[in-house]
Amino acid sequence: MFHSTSRARRTVLTAAAAAVVAIGLAACSSGGSGAGSSAKEFTFLAINENSTIPTVLTSLSENECAAENKALPLKINKQAQASLDQQLQLLGGQNALPSAFVSPNSPDLLKELDSAGKVTDFTGTDVEKSIVPVALSGVHTLYDDKTLVLPTELNIEGIWYNKALLEKAGVSEPTSWESLKDSFATLDSAGVQPISAAGKGGDGWGVTRWVGAYIYRTLGPDALKKISDGSAKLTDPEYADAANVVAELGSSGYFGPSPSSIDYATALNQFLTGQAAYYYMGSWAVSAFNDPEQNKIGADNIGFLPFPAVSGGKGSADQTPANVGTDIAFSKSAYDGDEKVKSWASCIAANYGAAALREGQITGFAVNGDVEVPPLTQLVQTEIADSGETVQWFEALFGPAATTASQTNGGPLGSGQLSGSDFMNTVQSSITN
Amino acid sequence: MKSVLSDKRAIGVLLGPALLVYTLVMLLPMLWSLGYTFFTGSVLGGFEFAGFANFARFWNDPNSGPAVLFTIKYALVVTVGQIVFGYLLALLYTFFLKRASNVVRTLVFFPVVLPTVAVSLLFQKMFEFAPQTGLVNSVLNGLGMESVDWLGNPGTAFVVIAIMDIWRAMGFYGVLLYTGVIDIPDDVMEAARLDGAGTFSLIRRIVIPLSWPVIIAAGIFSINGTLKVFDSIYALTGGGPGSATTPLTLYMYRTAFAGGDYGYGSTIALMLTIMCLLVTVAIFRSTARNSKEFS
Repeated sequence: MFHSTSRARRTVLTAAAAAVVAIGLAACSSGGSGAGSSAKEFTFLAINENSTIPTVLTSLSENECAAENKALPLKINKQAQASLDQQLQLLGGQNALPSAFVSPNSPDLLKELDSAGKVTDFTGTDVEKSIVPVALSGVHTLYDDKTLVLPTELNIEGIWYNKALLEKAGVSEPTSWESLKDSFATLDSAGVQPISAAGKGGDGWGVTRWVGAYIYRTLGPDALKKISDGSAKLTDPEYADAANVVAELGSSGYFGPSPSSIDYATALNQFLTGQAAYYYMGSWAVSAFNDPEQNKIGADNIGFLPFPAVSGGKGSADQTPANVGTDIAFSKSAYDGDEKVKSWASCIAANYGAAALREGQITGFAVNGDVEVPPLTQLVQTEIADSGETVQWFEALFGPAATTASQTNGGPLGSGQLSGSDFMNTVQSSITN
Repeated sequence: MKSVLSDKRAIGVLLGPALLVYTLVMLLPMLWSLGYTFFTGSVLGGFEFAGFANFARFWNDPNSGPAVLFTIKYALVVTVGQIVFGYLLALLYTFFLKRASNVVRTLVFFPVVLPTVAVSLLFQKMFEFAPQTGLVNSVLNGLGMESVDWLGNPGTAFVVIAIMDIWRAMGFYGVLLYTGVIDIPDDVMEAARLDGAGTFSLIRRIVIPLSWPVIIAAGIFSINGTLKVFDSIYALTGGGPGSATTPLTLYMYRTAFAGGDYGYGSTIALMLTIMCLLVTVAIFRSTARNSKEFS
């Protein structure tokens, strides 16, 4: 009797322990989100800051890709851009990447995902053939000659300006860095905020773009490549000078009273409501410029100025900062394991260009058919067609830690609280570590 | 009951499942994290044994020093603020409001139950400088003073964080310390009054010494909470401007999760744990000394 009770107890104890372990392990395990052959939805991870991609994908799912959508319904999830890299690392580590997703802020991370066999390389596929050469070249520059992303954007960057505000202050379109700097002073003394720039938290790239563009103009188009391959450092005097120049603009108040308090949406709004004369931004903002709900100064009142040459510098104004902006990548397991996901990718590649252009967004895809576009979009198309050599943005070749360090310190740099040298020290230490 | 508790099997059955769950969800991840301190790499690229390289890196990292200093500064200022204001509230409840303190206690406790993010957004708006002028700057302007960029400058951003976290938690410490103060026997207080002790003398010589153990307990609570502050700073300033208000927790989070560097992130976490342990031990030691002095 005693033995049987004792055995029963042991059995109960063992069963209880096994149940607890099972519950614990179940709690720790990941829930796959659609990757693999049994996916019931075409899951797409978008970012809150970009409304164009979800709009275009939704439009495709209802029109050109309706058949693909019927076979594998589109499901879009969104999250903040600032935590996208973190999310993708975790999902990648758990084999739980969505079918497709906005590519990480740091191109380095996508290369790491590729090395780990988590993302699709479209090199040599029919999908790649839908990408126009200038965009493909931009993709290959970022990803070591691989086609790891589909270029849902093709952007040039430069300085947009409010024609009426410049005219009112008696400023003509600047043709050199020196005349641009003079115009800041003129506008400032006329009571006009010269530049609208975001610098709040991770939006500090609104300021660091100025640093990168100035470096390219003074040190030439390979200047930031030298940083990534270690043959130069951001703390070298010629690099630190660029940040000091931007810090000077900040301490003069040209970025406004407190760029650290301004996020991306507010900076855009400031420019589009006539509160600032200049706005350095990529051409992805043109869709907002073309939207009368957002643009209160009028689309015909906006001019575009390539970042001007700096006298004595090794770079020139026709070296256009161009990029594939917010692009999308596909999970390798979802793409390889499911023909329906492949069909979605092919349909996106074939039709995204025209669908996006109808929304005012220029992409890196060939456009199938004629689409009538607004004048500002035409202007960007012309600039892209005429651009000579292209260059990247400041953080393009940095790892995630250095990108974060740069973007979170952009605000204090733009408000003049952080000297250029201190800014470069901070970013360089994140590159070195 | 005695026979049940002397039966080792019964103890096993009663404690086993809970201990197992605790081991799985607490001890195992902690040990795992400790193990990560000796590795470099990422979840994507795999990990490599690195010996003490992460510890050497922490020592030489130009960002870790300011994060440690900020953590200590924040913990000291906010702990002192939370305990002092909490104790003043406890005295107010006991000696001035007495039975009428219920309503005030509830009102002062209210911020404790509010979500941290909501409180942070409230303070962001209150101390806003641009593009809109917040309440505080509007008041300053009304008094003929210039607006202050509260969250845009390291010094003033620290002040706003400290005000917010003291305001948010003082109601909790008020109630905690109140339980210590009302526990003081009335006859001791009466005897002191008969001996001619005034209010301040009574507080200094009777109330504080007799409620000292609960003050210490509250201090340990507070310092461990403030050393590990994360959510309020993340939501209010995001560690900015730049990295001026970045405590070790936020630096660890950014390193491990945003940067994907779990090895170094775990090292920062271990340093923070050691810091919490040292501070707690130091408080216990000074308490032991103080209790001897008081006895």
